[in-house]
Amino acid sequence: MDTQAAIKDLVTSNPVVLYMKGSPKFPQCGFSGLAVQILQACGLKDFVAVDVLADPAIRDGIKVYANWPTIPQLYINGEFIGGADIMRSMYEQGELQKLIAEAV
Amino acid sequence: MLSASELKTYIANGFNANGQPCEHIEVRGDDGQHFEAVVVSAAFIGKNMVQQHQLVYQALGDKMRSEIHALSMRTFTPEAWQNAGKRI
Repeated sequence: MDTQAAIKDLVTSNPVVLYMKGSPKFPQCGFSGLAVQILQACGLKDFVAVDVLADPAIRDGIKVYANWPTIPQLYINGEFIGGADIMRSMYEQGELQKLIAEAV
Repeated sequence: MLSASELKTYIANGFNANGQPCEHIEVRGDDGQHFEAVVVSAAFIGKNMVQQHQLVYQALGDKMRSEIHALSMRTFTPEAWQNAGKRI
């Protein structure tokens, strides 16, 4: 399976997927750490986290997939939701909590 | 080292090149790598947040990969910016 197909497969077969630098326990970038904190603040205990630093093909491929040049990237039910700024903004407005509650 | 004012010029030029100038741009950040931007443009009208941020990334083009390590941004339509009191 090529990278784009692998990404599509993963994001559509899991309710919440976060592409990030590092792991939820050890994020390697402030924005990725913030994204994890926001998901946890939404009451989400378990989600699929993909460390893009572990795979250059995924790191490049995910930017193409969403036409989005930065990491982290959040997907809910296969839909690209946004990066850390958008997650924060949606969280502040209570929208992200709602989306996640409906998805899981 | 990339300065906040250079980044502001990049964003402005990119939007001008697309024929939809920005009404207002603020960029902060003085370490050459991490920046925070506020971008106000009529180009954002009718677009969701993802599409608005994509327009800024598009304006920056390759510079987003080559020169800019981290860019945090908030985008506003002129109306939303007015409603926000023209400040963040």
